[in-house]
Parts: sequence; structure tokens; C-alpha cells
Amino acid sequence: ISCYLSRSANTQFSVRRSARDITNMSQQAANGLPCRGKVLNLDNMNPNVRRVEYAVRGAIVQRALQIDKELKEGVKKPFTEVIKANIGDAHAMGQKPITFLRQVLALCAYPDLLDDNKFPDDSKQRARRILEACGGHSIGAYSSSQGIECIRQDVARYIEKRDDGISSDPDNIYLATGASDAIVTMLKLLVCGKGRDRTGVMISIPQYPLYSAALADLAAVQINYYLDEDKCWSLDIAELKRAVTAARQHCNPRVICIINPGNPTGQVQSRQCIEDVIRFAKEEHLFLMADEVYQDNVYAEGCKFHSFKRVLFEMGPEYSTTVEMASFHSTSKCYMGECGFRGGYMEVINMDPEVKAQLTKLVSVRLCPPVPGQALLDLVVNPPQPDEPSYDKFMKERTAVLAALAEKAGLTEQIFNTVPGITCNPVQGAMYTFPRITLPQKAIDKAKAEGQVPDMFYCMKLLEEEGICLVPGSGFGQREGTFHFRMTILPPTEKLKFVLQKISDFHIRFTQEFS
Amino acid sequence: MSALQEMSPNVRNIKQLQYVALIRRASQIKEELRQKVRKPYKEMIDVCWGDPHRAGVKPLTFVRQVLAACLYPQLVDSDTLPVDVRQRARMLLRGCAGGSVGSYTAPAGTSEIVHGISEFITRRDGGAPSYPENIYISPGSQWALQNIINVLVNSEPSSPKTGVLTPLPCYSTTISSMVGLGAVAVPYSLCEERGWELQVEELQRALESAKGVCKPVALYIVNPGNPTGYVQSRKSMQEVIRFASEKRLFLLADEVYQDCVYGDNSEFVSYKRVLAEMGPPLSDTVELASFHSASKGFMGECGLRGGYVELVNMDPAVMKYIYTLFSADSCAPVLGQFALDLLTSPPQPGDPSYPLYRQETRHIRSTLVRNVKRVFEVVNSLPGFSCQPVEGGVFAFPRMHLPPAAIHKATEMGMQPDLFYCARLLEEAGVFVIPGCEYGQKEGTYHIRFCIMVQEDIMEELLRRLTSFHTQFMKDFS
Repeated sequence: ISCYLSRSANTQFSVRRSARDITNMSQQAANGLPCRGKVLNLDNMNPNVRRVEYAVRGAIVQRALQIDKELKEGVKKPFTEVIKANIGDAHAMGQKPITFLRQVLALCAYPDLLDDNKFPDDSKQRARRILEACGGHSIGAYSSSQGIECIRQDVARYIEKRDDGISSDPDNIYLATGASDAIVTMLKLLVCGKGRDRTGVMISIPQYPLYSAALADLAAVQINYYLDEDKCWSLDIAELKRAVTAARQHCNPRVICIINPGNPTGQVQSRQCIEDVIRFAKEEHLFLMADEVYQDNVYAEGCKFHSFKRVLFEMGPEYSTTVEMASFHSTSKCYMGECGFRGGYMEVINMDPEVKAQLTKLVSVRLCPPVPGQALLDLVVNPPQPDEPSYDKFMKERTAVLAALAEKAGLTEQIFNTVPGITCNPVQGAMYTFPRITLPQKAIDKAKAEGQVPDMFYCMKLLEEEGICLVPGSGFGQREGTFHFRMTILPPTEKLKFVLQKISDFHIRFTQEFS
Repeated sequence: MSALQEMSPNVRNIKQLQYVALIRRASQIKEELRQKVRKPYKEMIDVCWGDPHRAGVKPLTFVRQVLAACLYPQLVDSDTLPVDVRQRARMLLRGCAGGSVGSYTAPAGTSEIVHGISEFITRRDGGAPSYPENIYISPGSQWALQNIINVLVNSEPSSPKTGVLTPLPCYSTTISSMVGLGAVAVPYSLCEERGWELQVEELQRALESAKGVCKPVALYIVNPGNPTGYVQSRKSMQEVIRFASEKRLFLLADEVYQDCVYGDNSEFVSYKRVLAEMGPPLSDTVELASFHSASKGFMGECGLRGGYVELVNMDPAVMKYIYTLFSADSCAPVLGQFALDLLTSPPQPGDPSYPLYRQETRHIRSTLVRNVKRVFEVVNSLPGFSCQPVEGGVFAFPRMHLPPAAIHKATEMGMQPDLFYCARLLEEAGVFVIPGCEYGQKEGTYHIRFCIMVQEDIMEELLRRLTSFHTQFMKDFS
């Protein structure tokens, strides 16, 4: 017997007690006598934690899992499987791991395989180098909290190469348990102050809800700046200015977060825009957090990934010596899609040395990032070179993954834009589409009557009728009165076409039903 | 922006490690040795972490074979690896979306692995039921502990700070976690003279000391102890449970060393089991979080970051928020989750890998038992050194009775006396241990902590160097 979470009109989750809970109760309680309240209860638990939400794994996903179970138990439905297009998990949707990466990792896990001639020489050489850097030559030993030194050196070299020679200091690199861990760590470090001095953190609307979750948990003030849907989700400095000025009335804005390429929007910022943001951060004295985990996922013609660091340095010493920044990257996205390894890093720039010492102290509380994730990151920044045996296969696999994503990005935009009531901006990068849906007033009213946000109502109905799980736009933030959903472009092309067709048909039906 | 003023006070309040200078020096010495600089020793003995692999203990073959096969599934179909390894890998991969360890799992961990853990707990605890939905896998047990403490902390600026009763001495990372989350550690002293025993009267005293300072909401116990090596008796655990119930404290039971118990009269029994055996009303009402990990024990897979928490008697409404907290972390690293599965469901008699598995674990265990004996013998034979029996855990925490001259010299140099001792030990003997000041100790007492889960020959070398250094040190400062 499991607990089923349902959403009541007060948007408070209630849990239906299972039979087991009842039998666990003491005789006193079962007899209806009052039992002492819980030591840890809703009233005395951390009020910040009560405000935390994470839509990507929220109520709709719970229901999707429930339906999964029902299907397994043989319950008849209009579909045979639940397609989980809610989470940016490439392998879950059938993308294959890159052979070279997995070969090296297997060798690191079980070094006896170094004697096996099925593994190419370059994979063995990398495995040996990684193991040499591990305590006791084992990936099971703790590493230093900041991450294995030679891997940080490799990451620094990779950044230098990516950024056309701009130098990177390994000591400014912090390996982490995924980019999320590094992002949360930075926010933990920066958020302070009371009342009107409470730290304000600027974040895009729409945003990846890790940010809103972390800000709620830390009781930071979330300062929303709206991306312009009509201009392909571009960022407008006037909007940034508006947001920060209004925020200064009630908090102390100190941080600006930007996701590029964007999640959920997929927008790839122009170089000019990045310069403008850097200028803005300097003028407003803000710490800049640049989430660049999708940096290899760029598809649209005319779009190019520009790292914030590179642009910063190319703007000259007036900016490059003063603007304080952290950039984040991960092994979960791009062509690797290795979410389950929890590998990532951040590079901090122009950080006050005393603050940096505090950061170094803070990361030690988590002991160290997973060593397999660190090893994986090492391979990502140190891939096979043209003169190495694994090069051809590696490049073939990498190119195939990115090409497939680009094709699916185009396909998605194309198909959605044929549906009246769905408007889809080009998916310039990342792995998602965030189309706008027009909902009939009757549907909006029905949703409200049932205590549901309209796009959640829409997505739940889609889930129940078609077995497709998306995340409603309300989970990411959107302009008042607009509705969206986020769908990943990760299913294999044929399945994606199927999903796009089903959603299109559903939308038309939905619109008719509530007309 | 400069900022020490403008950053989180909670982070600022986390104590800097006392032995930071030692870490730096140890790193330099390692480099100097690599450059073949002449020293009285050829290699440094680094026993400051509870990290068996770093100290030369070999990973378990079965574990690593399964992980390799999961990472590179071509191995599942080849003959390179034993049949049961391949079967296990197949089973684990079936629980992964897309059959890949690169996929996210459910926030609390893969359903099959979580079920396996709950079955393990039930078996371990003589049948006391364990429910999968109360179990969360995390990147190491400290991560889960931090999430639970986060829920317990009252973050309202106007409210008194949240207190957590913590042992003295205590593993420093836990204290740092609490402070970083805005809680206050309220120390209760373990009784060194009685083998680091936990005494309820001392819990009471600690609780009273918190009046006017903070509001204690939880009691943190480490059993088997770190750094102390103490293993609690059932009777003591019952007293603690009664105390927690009476004083309305949430019980946090850190049991990561449960597989490392050697004392002749010691036996690990879990808090969950003792609680269940005490029956209602206590068994239905005392709120408990128990922590375990793949980092310790025979596996020693610290770098994989696999740990879990089991929550007992939690308010279901609060559980929902715990779920959300864990979901925002995405999930624990999949290899860490697999390590937990291998920990909780090891090879069984009849499995092809069982003989080797048994041989390797027995070897590690006998090494530990032998090391414990040797440490006790040698350290207690040295003048100015005494050691309580190490009943469990992976550390020795002997006490040094330092001569006044040494204490004076240390004070002159602005160092804690035991830190001074450790700095000398590192420099002159190439042995890296952690001073007791890092963990907290009674005023005027000094200790060192070192890992005893090391290869036998390394332990012998360590004891040889320690004896020689200590004898000289005591002479120099007599």
C-alpha cells in the first residue's frame, strides 16, 4: 500500500493514510484517545522548507508514476506507456552513452580490465592517469573537497582552449555534485541580511526551478526579470533595470542569475546581450552567476555559444578585473547526458580571497563530489584527440547525438506552430521547448473551480488521456495570464513525432471541449 | 563588493578546520617526497581520513566487477566476468531508465534498490518492519543528515536558534553542517574513563545548559562512535530513547560504522530495532532518523557517495516536504546507489563470487581486529599515552598526557598542544593524524585520531614510527 499525494483546494498536499499507518498507531490512538503531537510537525518545521517547490519532479510526475504502476498492474488505458517528457534526461529517452567515456570509467572501476585487450590504448592511458591521482589508486577514496587537483587542472586547460587562450586558474575551479550543487553552494554563501537588507537574487522568468527552490530554502528574495517571449525569449536590459530598481525598495539585490543557453526557453543569448548583462552587473554591483550547462547544445543557424567569461575578458580590464562571477557546467547535458553521475564544476572569477576561503570551507562540509563524476568530467574536458585510436568513433557518436537534437529541435518548432492555439519559439539550444498555449476561458474557469492552476489542469488532462507527461509552465514562471508547458525534445525522432502529433491532437480536442 | 560582511553568517560561523596547516604541509611533503628530497622516511602514512582505500585496503572484487559491467554493458554479455556479477549488473541496469547508469533515478533512489535496503533493514533488525517510502538515498549519509537538520531548524529570525545535542568529541563535519544550517551544537560529554560511555545524566546536563541559549529539538548519536570507537549497549540505547521521548527530541542515529564492531563484549544493534523492541507507545511515537553509508565497513567506497536515511514515525505531512527537498537535489549518484545495493545484498553462499568475497571481507575484518589489538597494546605501553579499548568504528582516539614543557612550547607558538604534537609527528615521522582539538575534548586533555582500517604492514610501520617519535618527544620535553 503506498501513499497517494493529492492536491486539495488550498494547494496543501494531503496524504491519505494507508492501512498500515493505522495499524502502526498505538492502542491509545486507535481508541480515539488524543495522542501527543509529533516532535517534528508542520507548525515547527523549517518554514523555508515549506516554501520549496520543484515542479520538474512535482505533482504531475507523481501522478505519472502512479499511472505507470497502474499500467503494470494491467489497468486498461488509452495508451500503453507513459512518455516522460518532463525531465532533461537523455539516456532515459534512449540516447546512448558515449563509448569512450564508459570504457575509461569501467577501467577506473575495475582496474584488472587494464589487462584486457578489448579496451583501446587511449582509454587505458586515461584510466591510469585518473587512478594515479586517486587516494590508494581507487575511485572509492575521498578526494579533496574542491576536487582532484589534476582534474581541476584539466578543466582549467579546457576552459582556456574554449575561451581562446584566456587564462584559467585551477584553484578557481570547484568540482561539484552536478552543477546544481555548485549553484546552491554559491547561493548559500551569498544570501544574508535581515528585513530590507535581505539578499535579493535576480532570476529569469521563466527559470529552471532549482533556482526558485534554493531561494525559498534560503529565504532569499527572488527578483524576477521577464524574458521577452515575442522576441524569442531574449533578455532586455530595460527589464533588468526595472526589476532591480523595484527590488531595491524591499531588499538588497546582490546576485543576478542567467541561464545560457536557456532552460526552459532554449534561447541562446547574443554576444551583445551578454556584454550588456555584464555591464549591468557591474553598474548595479551584482555577483553574476552564469549557468552554462547547455553550452554544447546549440542548434539554430546564426546562434553561437559565448561564454560569459570570455566576453568579460574581451571587454577589457575595466570589467575583467572587477566583475565577480561564477560560471557553471555539468556532465548531465550536452552530448554526454550522464545525469546519473552527478558531475559538474564551477569557475569563480574575481572572487575576494577571504570570501573564497569561506567557499573552500563550505564545500568541505559535503566532503567531496562523487569521484566517478569527477573522472567523467576529466574525460569530457580531455576527449580523444585526432591522433588517438578512439577519436573517430568518439566524434561520430558525439556528432550523431548533437545532430539528432538539432533535428528534433527544428521538428518540434515546426510541428507545434501548425497547431492553432500553440505558439512555439525556435528551440535555439538546450533540450526543451516551452510553447505558449491558448486556453479557452471555460477551461480556465473549470481549472480554477477545481483549485488547479490552468496549465496544470491542461497537463494533467493530457497525462490522463494520452499518457504524456509534461511540466506546466506555472512550474517555471510565466507572465500573468499566459500559459505554457515545457516538453523535452529528447525522445527518439519517431517517438517525438508521435508525441508531437498526440499533443497537437489533444490541444485541438481540448480547445473544442471547452469552447 | 568585499565581502566578509556581506555573506551568509551561517557559513561564516562554520569553524575553520584547526588542522588546515597540517593539510597544506602534508601536501607539500608528498610533493617533496616525489622530488626525492631526503627525509627520515620514504613515504608518508596518511591516516587522517576514515578512508580505507587511501590507506591501502583493496576494494571488494565483486563490487568493482559489478560496477564495471554496469558502466560498460558490453561486459555483461562477455565471459570476462563471473556469472553472478553479470546477473547482478543486468538486474541493476533493468532498474535504470533507458538501461543506463547515466539516467536520473527517482529522487529517493531506484525503487528496486530502496526495496532491497528496506529488506536488509528488516533482516538486520530481527524482523522489525521497514518501509521503502521511509528511505531516501543520498550522496553520502552527511547529505541526508543535512536535509533532515534543514527541516528541523527553525529559521525565523525572531525565534531562538535551534539546538542539536551532539557528542563531545564529535566528528567535525556534522557540527559544521549544523552550524551552516543555522543550528547550534549543544555538546554532551562522553565519559572517557568508562570507555567513552554515553551517560544520560550528561544528556540532561547538556539540555539544561541550553536554557536561554537555544531550543534543542534533536539528539544526535554516533554509534559506533567517531572518533571514540565506543559501541552502545542495548540498555544505554533504551535510556536514550526514553530520554528523547520524555524531552521531545528528534533522534538522529548515525550508524555508518555498524559493520565495524570488534569488541569481545560488543554487538551492534540498531536504534530502530531497540525502539521496535520497546513496544508501544515508544515504538509508535519516538521520531527517529537512522543513517548508513557505503563509505565505511568492508566496502569503504567513500568516493562513490552512497548513503541513506530511514525515517521512523515521521509526521506524514512533513514527509511530503522531505520528498520535495530531496527531489530538488535530483538524485544520488547512481554508482553510489549501486554500492548500497551491493552492501545490503552481498553475494550469498552458493554464488560463484561468494568464496572470494568471503575471503576478502574476512581478511579486512581480521586485519581490523588485529590492528585494534596492536594499537591498544603499543599505545598503552608508551609512557604518556593511553588508549580506551576500540570496540567499533575505524579510528583510534588515544589520549596523550603531554609534559608541561610541550604544552608551554605549543602555547608560545599559538597552537593547541595536540596540534603541535601532530605537526611534529608529520614533519619528523611522516605520519599524518588529526589532533583531538578538531573534535572537542575535555579542557586540559589532548588526543590524536587516526584510522585503523589500514593494511597490516602500514599499521606496523605507523606504530613503529609513532613509538620512536613519541619516545623522543617525551624525552625532548621532559
